Amino acid sequence: MQLILEIAFTHIAGRGRQTLVAIIGVAVGVGFSIAMAALMEGGQDDFVEQLVNTMPHVEVTDEERSARRQPAEAIFAVTEISGLRPREDRRGIINPTAALAWLGGWVPGRFAPSLNAQGVVRFSGREVGAAIVGIDPQSERGVSPIVGEFVAGDFAALTAGGNNIVIGDTMAERLGAELGDTVTAVSSQGLTRNFRIVGLFHTGTTARDEGEAYVLLKNAQILAERPNAVNKIRIKLDDPNQAPAVARRVEAELGYKAEAWQEANEALLEALVVRNVIMYTVVAAIMLVAGFGIFNIISTITHEKARDIAIMKSLGFAEGDMRRLFLLEGVVIGLGGSAFGWALGFGLVYALSLVRFELAATGQEMTRLPIAWSLLHYLIASGFALASAAVAGYLPARRAARQNPVDIIRGAT
Amino acid sequence: MSALIEAENLTRVLHETVPVTLVMDVSLTIGENEFIAVTGPSGSGKSSLLYLLGLLDRPTSGTLRVGGRDAEPMGEGERAGMRLSMLGFVFQFHFLLPEFSARENVEIPMRKLGRLSRPKMRARAAEILESLGLEGHIDKRPDQLSGGQRQRVAVARALANDPPLILADEPTGSLDTKSSEQVFRILEAVVRERGKTVVAVTHDLDLAARMDRRIHLVDGKIEADESLASAEKH
Ligand SMILES: Nc1ncnc2c1ncn2[C@@H]1O[C@H](COP(=O)(O)OP(=O)(O)O)[C@@H](O)[C@H]1O
Ligand SMILES: [Mg+2]
Repeated sequence: MQLILEIAFTHIAGRGRQTLVAIIGVAVGVGFSIAMAALMEGGQDDFVEQLVNTMPHVEVTDEERSARRQPAEAIFAVTEISGLRPREDRRGIINPTAALAWLGGWVPGRFAPSLNAQGVVRFSGREVGAAIVGIDPQSERGVSPIVGEFVAGDFAALTAGGNNIVIGDTMAERLGAELGDTVTAVSSQGLTRNFRIVGLFHTGTTARDEGEAYVLLKNAQILAERPNAVNKIRIKLDDPNQAPAVARRVEAELGYKAEAWQEANEALLEALVVRNVIMYTVVAAIMLVAGFGIFNIISTITHEKARDIAIMKSLGFAEGDMRRLFLLEGVVIGLGGSAFGWALGFGLVYALSLVRFELAATGQEMTRLPIAWSLLHYLIASGFALASAAVAGYLPARRAARQNPVDIIRGAT
Repeated sequence: MSALIEAENLTRVLHETVPVTLVMDVSLTIGENEFIAVTGPSGSGKSSLLYLLGLLDRPTSGTLRVGGRDAEPMGEGERAGMRLSMLGFVFQFHFLLPEFSARENVEIPMRKLGRLSRPKMRARAAEILESLGLEGHIDKRPDQLSGGQRQRVAVARALANDPPLILADEPTGSLDTKSSEQVFRILEAVVRERGKTVVAVTHDLDLAARMDRRIHLVDGKIEADESLASAEKH
């Protein structure tokens, strides 16, 4: 109602300085909430992006989620099985060629098979335990976290065939080996084979740089004595968010455990949720404080305007009109504060985006603060601000509306 | 002539630590186009009676009909609606909204009612103010007006929605003799020319004598309710 709005504006304008303070309170709250959200989400995005970049989005392994049903169980309603012994070796993925062909038919992304075997890499008397990963260099390119991370040699050298190996730079350091040296890989089956180092990678993930060695799939199969076996298929999707759906479908069809990156990192992602909860709690607390400013001014106005309220009621305004009037005044201050808060928030985020620093200690460079620009932050911050303003306006508004006009008119006469 | 107000045994008791009786067993009927003085010593319940008749307060007991409608079952919003369209108040102090001009103050009840277009409201507000001798003061704010002028704006505001009944509580109580006379004449014209009913509380017995009917209150009770003989009236 336009009339109520006009009256609201005259009331607010009548208390210019106090209004300004309340608006600044809201603006600071909104501004800093926006900046905090940008920083928090920026950090989170950065973190998740690293997670998503370094891990396969879906990892299919030859494990199964639950114990294999015994054939007898399928036939009889009640069975008692005793003396069951698990098979010794891991089975590997049965008929990998068919599985890969099936995946190729529909998976929106790239995938690569591998055989992961535990073993040891040896060089001039030194030994380092390693996961020896047998790969197909062609398909590996699409999913590998190491392809672009070479500090010496390069990934393409694997493609050439032969007994070549690429290892992490940390492993090389621990072995004292360099590019071109020949190392010995020993499998847990006790087989040994010599490989020439054709590449050193540095991904920044210590476990990988220190503990992974990549060879051709064929070589790994020989080392592990498992010809033609594949025990892992890694999938990179065009859209990482589709991972759970893809994993479900793969698992349903192939029967092997297919784990989406979200599942594999559940604990980490949960920690992020907790972080967000903390953040929004802080935002709410800031807004509560801003709300006090609004509560203060609306209370002052309702006291100061008690006579006007009585007059308006005598003229025929209802309690609801009076409630709306002061509620509106709170919301107008909230809106004004939000508008300035948006500008402040934008400025703060922009300033933060200019900050650059280096993490020289670890040798890693962090050129700038991770910042997420999102309209949602602005909407959420002003949503909180408006809610707080509405409550802060409503409480005094309700009290003022209820006041009996007769008491005031009588008092003034 | 139908009755604007019919009150029967209206009683208003304040439940303080000691119950205070403001209005006691008041029965009266107010018709259209009446000019009524409410007199009585200070504290006799004149204002309290006016608040009851004007639906600003609720009686403790008794029945009240305003415009033929029983006020008892009306909700807060409905009573506000009645005040807006049926009643106009004038208090001892002008009680104008200080941030708004004379014209805006008169427009506010019209805008709340929303029956006219904005240009018509503006025109009507100006017309009422001019008819009360306020030409040239229409766009002034209350603090730029004299006491008498403010009180005339208050009368104009009471007339804004063309209600049949104006309730005035000592409208001339805080004015000097000249302004007082001016405001009284305006109220008289409201009755004689506009055909309204005016109920005005007054201490001034000379003014009361010039009105058509006098209701005299003592201790919240009607002690006398006398009309002038119709011969004297015209
Ligand atoms: N809130 C109150 N508490 C106690 N007494 C009151 C209160 N309001 C009014 N009164 C008393 O009620 C009586 C009637 O008041 P009022 O209607 O204002 O009389 P009048 O207008 O004739 O002077 C007075 O004696 C006044 O003192
Ligand atoms: Mg009085």
